[in-house]
Amino acid sequence: MKKIVIRGRKVVGGVAEGEAITTHDTISGWGGIDSNTGTIIERRHELVGQSFKDKVLVFPGAKGSSGYSHFFHLARVAGAAPKAMLFNKMTAKAALGAVVTRVPTMSDFDRDPLEVIETGDWVKVDADNGIIEVTKKADASSKPATAAE
Amino acid sequence: MKLTDDEKAMLDGAKGKAKQKAMDLLVRYGEALNAERLVNVTNVAGTWNAGSPAMKPFAEKGMDAVFSKFNLDSDEVVETPQAEVYTCQLIHGIDTQNAHVTGVAEEAVNRQKQAERYFGERGVAMFNTCTPYQVGNVPVRGEHCAWMESSAVIYCNSVLGARTNTEGRESTGAASITGKIPYWGYHIPENRLGTHLVEVEIDVDDIMDWGLLGYAIGEVVQEDIPVFSGIRKVPSMIKLKHFGAAAASSGGVEMYHVPGVTPESNSVAEAFGAKKPVATLKYGKAERKIAYDNLNSSAKSADVDFVMLGCPHNSIEQVWTIAKLLNGKKLSANTQLWVFTPRALRDTAELNGYGDMIRKAGGHLMSDTCPAIGRVMPKGTGVVATDSAKQAHYLPAIMKCQTWFGTVEDCVNAALTGRWQGGLQ
Repeated sequence: MKKIVIRGRKVVGGVAEGEAITTHDTISGWGGIDSNTGTIIERRHELVGQSFKDKVLVFPGAKGSSGYSHFFHLARVAGAAPKAMLFNKMTAKAALGAVVTRVPTMSDFDRDPLEVIETGDWVKVDADNGIIEVTKKADASSKPATAAE
Repeated sequence: MKLTDDEKAMLDGAKGKAKQKAMDLLVRYGEALNAERLVNVTNVAGTWNAGSPAMKPFAEKGMDAVFSKFNLDSDEVVETPQAEVYTCQLIHGIDTQNAHVTGVAEEAVNRQKQAERYFGERGVAMFNTCTPYQVGNVPVRGEHCAWMESSAVIYCNSVLGARTNTEGRESTGAASITGKIPYWGYHIPENRLGTHLVEVEIDVDDIMDWGLLGYAIGEVVQEDIPVFSGIRKVPSMIKLKHFGAAAASSGGVEMYHVPGVTPESNSVAEAFGAKKPVATLKYGKAERKIAYDNLNSSAKSADVDFVMLGCPHNSIEQVWTIAKLLNGKKLSANTQLWVFTPRALRDTAELNGYGDMIRKAGGHLMSDTCPAIGRVMPKGTGVVATDSAKQAHYLPAIMKCQTWFGTVEDCVNAALTGRWQGGLQ
């Protein structure tokens, strides 16, 4: 079983694993997501209509309104939060959003996760130790045991 | 993160449960940012509202439940203490005096009024505006702040020279009762220097032009710091208010320099300090037209249902301009007009008779909210006209309507005739 390892910095601690949902577009909280379902609602967003609920969300960073953290907070309250978050660009919005979502989150990577992780890959985020293990979709489907929690 | 003795005392619970929870959040937040320490803040602008539908189940348990959950990220309900530093409420979702116009349910209005009284008594000044700097909250240069609201943040950093990142509901809640925020980003002097040089090749004069400049450059520089050369006329507060809101909508601009105008640089060289611009951009006729076309890209029908003026909230001078344009005239039977200004300026506008002038024409003078934040528009609105680049940016996505962008004269004309006749001069 071939696993790709990415190292980075803990933003919010913890360990979680799940299927990746990856976007190259930054995400807006207010006006960008439906907190009840975790669905991206921004009109011209790459992921419009798709939900990050229970997925490992891989994205460049936060944008838009200062309501960002509140809408991710509401997603947690509604049970629609992602399982973990990986983002490149550190901003106050992105940091606070991760903190109040309370899921393992990492940034400052040695390799750009957007170039490694595709939607559907299986990703284990060990934020406490700063390690991400990626199992590509093709490998994951041939060895379903790796996908078991 | 290094904590001072008073910060450690708060974290250990020596100053009460709420401050302990607040400090816990600030430490988690600071560590997420990789900040070395916290900094003392003396001015907080955030939101303590309880009127939105998501707040309802918490508000039913009392305002402390709302505060604990959403202003401190605390699972335990703690009693809301008094604000430790000067704190104000920004724009929120409900104009409690105009619910009959917006159609907001009485139950939500009452919930919001309860929140206003409860948090008001604990020191949150209920300015209820996205422009606290218009109604007496004017931080001084170098003052460390914790503000939300992107259009206010960019104004605070750039025009006033005070220092804030774009905070959120939870971090401003914690900052208000501790007087602390992570020392990171725009609190640190070297992070406030310019990154991009913008050579402005055309006259930028009226309010719409400043909106177009902000919208065009924000889209290119995103979160970076533009420095504008070639500005020949000193802009007013109103123009910079519109400009900043536009740049913070198309991009995420939180800081800019207009050397000789904004306080942290007298020259282009000073704006960049020891840094070199990462890029030099031109802003001319072509860039202006692209910004105008982008802002109008959602609009197809010239039949305008609704005209929205006052994003960011209008100054009293802008309300006067609108009242004059409407004086002695009647709105089209097919078009509604909402004019927004801060609550405190609305009182002034009523005193001056502007409210009557607007109402006589068939319009409404409103405060506390806006269509994008409150998600309210007249029933059946399909086509909007606005003089705000920010509102034109967000309304098509949030309210799924076509939106025209133009001058205040174009918009008032549309309200009077029911037809959009604006265009780029």
